[in-house]
Parts: sequence; C-alpha cells; structure tokens
Amino acid sequence: MVSTLDQIFVLLKHWIVAHMPAALQSVVGVLLSVVCIIAVFPALFAISVLLERKGLGRMQNRLGPNRVGPFGILQPVADGIKSLTKEDIVPVGADRVVHFLAPVSMVAVVFMGYAVLPMGRNMTLVHMDAALLFYFAMGASTELSVFMAGWSSRNKYSLLGAMRAVAQMISYEVPLLLSSVGVVMATGSLSLDKIVEVQNQYSFGLPHWFIFTPWGLASFVLFAIAATAETNRSPFDLPEGESELVAGYFTEYSGFKFAEFFLAEYVGMLSVSGLGATLFLGGWSAPFSFLQFIPSWIWFFSKVMLSICVLIWLRGTLPRLRQDQLMNFAWKFVIPFTLLNLVDVAVWRFMGEGWARWIVCSAIVVIAYVVMVRAGMRRKNIAPRTYRYAE
Amino acid sequence: MLGEGILKGLAETARNFAGSFVSKERLTTVEYPEERLPLPEASRNFPFLVYDGQDWEKGLRCVACQICEKECPPKCIYIEKSKDKKPDFVGKPQIYPAKFDIDISVCMSCQICVEVCPFEAIKMNTEFELSTDDRFGGLLLDRKELAKSNEYYHQIHPTEATEVDARLAEEKAKAEAKARTDSAAKAKAAADAAAKAAAAPSKSPEGGTGTPTSAATKLPAQAAAKSPEPAAKPAEPPKTSTPKTEGGD
Repeated sequence: MVSTLDQIFVLLKHWIVAHMPAALQSVVGVLLSVVCIIAVFPALFAISVLLERKGLGRMQNRLGPNRVGPFGILQPVADGIKSLTKEDIVPVGADRVVHFLAPVSMVAVVFMGYAVLPMGRNMTLVHMDAALLFYFAMGASTELSVFMAGWSSRNKYSLLGAMRAVAQMISYEVPLLLSSVGVVMATGSLSLDKIVEVQNQYSFGLPHWFIFTPWGLASFVLFAIAATAETNRSPFDLPEGESELVAGYFTEYSGFKFAEFFLAEYVGMLSVSGLGATLFLGGWSAPFSFLQFIPSWIWFFSKVMLSICVLIWLRGTLPRLRQDQLMNFAWKFVIPFTLLNLVDVAVWRFMGEGWARWIVCSAIVVIAYVVMVRAGMRRKNIAPRTYRYAE
Repeated sequence: MLGEGILKGLAETARNFAGSFVSKERLTTVEYPEERLPLPEASRNFPFLVYDGQDWEKGLRCVACQICEKECPPKCIYIEKSKDKKPDFVGKPQIYPAKFDIDISVCMSCQICVEVCPFEAIKMNTEFELSTDDRFGGLLLDRKELAKSNEYYHQIHPTEATEVDARLAEEKAKAEAKARTDSAAKAKAAADAAAKAAAAPSKSPEGGTGTPTSAATKLPAQAAAKSPEPAAKPAEPPKTSTPKTEGGD
C-alpha cells in the first residue's frame, strides 16, 4: 500500500541526509523540508493568483489575462518582476523599523503554520502533539503584524483599517477555534498526524472523514466561513476592500513590501485550506479506498487547490458585507452555532456506534440551524439587506 | 431559508464560468489591439486640418484667421500667418498658416475651434492611439501632421462631411454667381459710363428737370469707379453671414 512513489520525497530526503556528516544530519534534514515548503507554497501562490484572475474573468464573462505567455500563464512572473522593480516608499512620519518588520513578520508567521501540516504520509515537518494549538497560535500572530502595519504607517486611515482588520480577525478567530474543537473532541488529540490517521479508515470503500458526519459537516461549513473571514477573503474582505478603501492597513506600502502582504494573504489562504482539509477532509487520505494507490501528497495538494477554487468561486459570487453585518454574523450566528455544534459532537461521541447517533445528531444540527435562522431573521441580525430609497 | 441566495448566486456564476467557454456571445469584451469596436460617428478626440485635393500644402482650407487660436480655452493652438498668399477653394488669394501647431497634451477636445471656424478648415479627428515616447515633441503636432484629406474626413464623419461639402459648394456657387453678376454689373457700368460720357455734352444744359436721371446715372458711375473693390468684398461677407452653428451638430 505504501508505494515508493508515495514516499518519494521522504526517501529523497533520507538519501540526501545520509550523505551528510553525522553532526549536520538533523539540521540538514530540517532545512531541506523548510526550503521545500518555502519553494512550493509561493509557487502555489502564483498558480492560485493566475487561477483567480482567469476564473473571476470567466465568471464575469471576460477572458482574463491572456497576454503574457501562452494563455497568459506567465502573468504571475510578470507581476512578480513588476513588484520587485517598483519603488519602495516609506512615509516620512512612519516608524521605519516597525514599518519594515510588519510584512516580514506577517510572511514569517504565515509560513510557520506549515510546520505542523501533514502534507502526505510521513510528510510533516514537526510531529508535534499540540500541533493544532501551535497552528492557531501562529495564525493569531498575523493580527499583530496587521496592527504593526497600520500603526507604523502613521496614517489615520491605515490605523483605522488595521483596527477594522484586527476586530474582524479576532471575531472570527473564536468560531475558527470552536469549530476545530469538535474534531479534537472526536479524536481526543491535538496532533494533526493523529487526526489524519483517525480519518484514514474505510468502511464500505468510503473514508471516515469528519465532513461525512452531521456535526462534521456543520463544523466544516462554519470553519470555512470563519477561515474565509480570517484570511480576509471576499465576502469578508473589508480590511482590504479594494473598491472602497485603498487596501486598508497596507495603504502606505509599496513595491515588494506590498507584494509581501499579498503573498501572506494567499499563503495564509493555502495554509488554512490545508488545515481545513486536514481536519475535515481527511488530509492526505484518498476519498475512496480503491484510490489509495495514488500518492498521498497528490491528495493533499488537490484538496488544497480545490478549496482555493471554491474560495475564488465565492469571491466571484458574493458581494462584500458591511462592518455591522460582519460582526453580527460572527457573534450572533456563527459563534452560537459552533457552541451548539460542540454539544452535538459530545452527543455523537457518547452515543457510541450505531445508526441512532446519525439520526439524533442530524436532527440537532438541522433544528439548531432552523431555530437560529428563524430567530436571526426575526431580529434582523442576519436577514437579507433591505433598502429604503429616497422618494 | 438562509443560504439559499448564496447557492443561487453560486449557480449563476458557475453558469457564467462554463458558458464563457462555450458561447462567444457571452463575452462582453473584445480583444482590443486585434479586434476593434467601430467608433460611433460622433466620436471625437483631437482636431485636424482639412485639405482639398491631393497636395496637403496647397489644398489646406485654413486661412490663418486665428479665430480658433483666440477662442481655444486651454490655448493649445499656435498659428503664424504667411507673408504671401495662395488661392482658396473659390480661387481667391488668401494668406495661409505658415505654422499651425496643436499641443495635444493641452487640448481638451472641446471642439470649440471647430465651431468657430468660418472656413470648415478644422475638424475633430477620431484617432486616439497617440501615445509616444517623446513627451514634448511627440505631442506637439505641426501642420503637416494635422493635415488630413477631405476623403479622410468623409471616412470618419460621413454625415457631417457631406453637409460641409454641400455648404461649401453652395458658397462657391454663390461666390461664382456674385462674381458673374459683379462682372456683368461692371461691364454694364462701364458701358453706361461710356454712354454717359458720350451723351454728357448734349444733355448737360437741361438743368433742373434732369436731376432724377443724373442721380440714377451717378450710382453706376460710382460703382465703376470703385470696380476693383467689390470683387474682393463679396468673397468674405457670405461666410460671416452664414453662422457656423451647424459645426456642433
């Protein structure tokens, strides 16, 4: 079952490390993995930017970029060269050190999350017992970078943008964590390797992914909503708000520093997609037992790219929320729902094996959804927007 | 139910996404440099100078009257009058612009120059791909660059150009008719003067009763005395008398 192709990167790493002197072996092993992560994810960033631009174009009945290279596939290269050669402007009143550190720390922190993601069988950089905790600690640190960027620019609009961004990220951090807690409750482990192992079992050819349980589906949807907001993606892209704010907290950034924020956004998106895939979509496990011959890392990366495509699709579809709608949605709908969902996980866990728990847990999720939506609609918290035009 | 609208929206964008690969009609944009949408006939960008015939220098309609230069709100036109004269479309000798520059980096495409021009000499062009690597020289068009044939004008603004041609033909006919009547009047006046000169010795003693006739014969005599002038005058008045309000239509 575990083929050579499946373990090719692991074997390659061992082969290179074996050629090193004994004292250097552990350092070289880690460095190799780090270099691979730093090379692969920016490449995926370039691909997802291209996908996004072409895909959004098609959704708006346009062609999208098609000038650079065949079908415009070299567009990300052109964009990269452009942002590298642009002038780097630092405002006179800015705090130069913090202004420089903000994008750097943001990118660094975003890459740290990959340290614990299992990207394939035996392909985790750090086998940590509290991997999920580490991941969320790193994810929360981006808020610091956002605030550093807004504060050091010495521009009141940047600062306001940073305040909005931080308010949003903190609001959605809570449901992001709470929806993941369900998985931790079900598996009894914070280790992402263990979580994948639990999901990598098959009955009747179907995997035991958490998305295929009633509470898991609800958790996954809530996780997706919170993750979209956490990475400042449309329809929750208020901090950036291209059409009404000029990039919010990174207004005063130009050249490659601006590109670093852009990179951090996309790499963060890829990373949170990877986490979502690991928690709910079985990480590197195959969707059917007969497809297990396909290398595990292919499954992981296709799940990540699929999530990216869905995020692009959502971006092409949904209009941006207003700030109060954003906050209402987080605190009055998503968070209560995640809390109810935790009860659901507990019921699932303690009802034991059998068909009864499927019915009970599905009923809990559906009833919770209906009741909360009814209540929300009545109080106009999450009702569709109503407009009153001037007579 | 909450979320229903989102699903509907997702279906719509998915339909657009797939549809844009299948049907070309869905695409709202054209690939510009290779494919161009026809410009509307009333489109305009920067002015050009119209010339008749083959030689742009000879056929230039502009007579360097400098009205456009004075009226131009951003002052982007610069004209230098010539020292000599050349015949215009009715054949009358006119001065012409020795220098006619338009700075299109200043021009705001207001079309006022076209509206004030009494000679139909300046019109709006539709050319818009004027970018250049020379910021000053490249955007300052001289009269050679500005000169475009009447056929070109017909090409870009067919309706307007036909109207202008009709108006010019009418003016030309009027001028010719005027010249003809003038020359006829001149000939007649000359004949009258000759007849009068012949009759004068015999008629002069008649005194008070001859006043009406003498007054009547006096006018043609005056006209005959001024004969070189009326030929020059009629050429200009018809143009000022036909106001150019049609230019803006």
